Amino acid sequence: MTHHDADSMDIFGFWIYILSDCILFSAIFASYAVLHTNTYGGTEIKSIVNLPYVLTETMVLLVSSFTYGLAILSLYKNHLCKVITWLAATFVCGFTFVAMEIYEFVHLYMEGNNWQGSAALSSFFTLVGTHSLHVSLGLVWMLILMLQLLFFGLTPVMKKRLTYLGLFWAFLDIIWIFVFTIVYLMGAI
Amino acid sequence: MAHNQVEHNSNLKTLPSYMVGFAVSIILTLMAFGLVEWRVLTDNYLYVGISLLAIIQLIVQSMCFLRLNFNPEGRWNLLPFLFTILIITILASGSLWIMYNLNYNMMN
Repeated sequence: MTHHDADSMDIFGFWIYILSDCILFSAIFASYAVLHTNTYGGTEIKSIVNLPYVLTETMVLLVSSFTYGLAILSLYKNHLCKVITWLAATFVCGFTFVAMEIYEFVHLYMEGNNWQGSAALSSFFTLVGTHSLHVSLGLVWMLILMLQLLFFGLTPVMKKRLTYLGLFWAFLDIIWIFVFTIVYLMGAI
Repeated sequence: MAHNQVEHNSNLKTLPSYMVGFAVSIILTLMAFGLVEWRVLTDNYLYVGISLLAIIQLIVQSMCFLRLNFNPEGRWNLLPFLFTILIITILASGSLWIMYNLNYNMMN
């Protein structure tokens, strides 16, 4: 097996991990779909949805996907500085997204809408929280890759790692499409 | 060989594909939020409308950002992806169906 084949096998393996993560999310989505009306007389999902806020979050995440794409394109051209710059831009967008999520959660918690309130709120926090957790882990990973790039430069191994994170980041954006559609938009109707 | 392994991949990204994916995703997102914000349709049609917009955006992002395609090499990534969508559909619609039935039988 040549080196090239080994690399594409590795990337394929990571792709399989991402698909299995999709199945994890589908289980959480299914439980949200089943439980979102069970408010136990408490707060309805409808009353905690703030559409302009969620639209801003969505745009920030979309921009971060695009800037990651620009980092990958700079990677093809072997421009180390540009790769790091675009990764930093992606990191800032991703961090803004997570900060907005945390602010939303803290705000809800302060108003007494925590995950112990009802089955609907539990499934809401589980779904949105699992997505934020993935984004946060992606951010830690991105920070480590930026440091590694500074030390090692654009070696073949680093290119492979950046490809993994690129798949992961695009996957998070795709999951978010369904989070905002099913939780926030359908919640607001 | 000066080439590197990642560049040989059939899933090579290009700037135009990112631009198209980014622009179309923004438009689809704004449409979905606009539909709900201004209640353009009746409730039932709104559910259908925003679900369709989400599915279109899924396809656009898979093609433009993940570069899924029908090339002989790309098919290796595409087939497990389609299989996963099948499993997700069964899991999600099956759960809803079973729980709806249970709910119905408990209440009546």
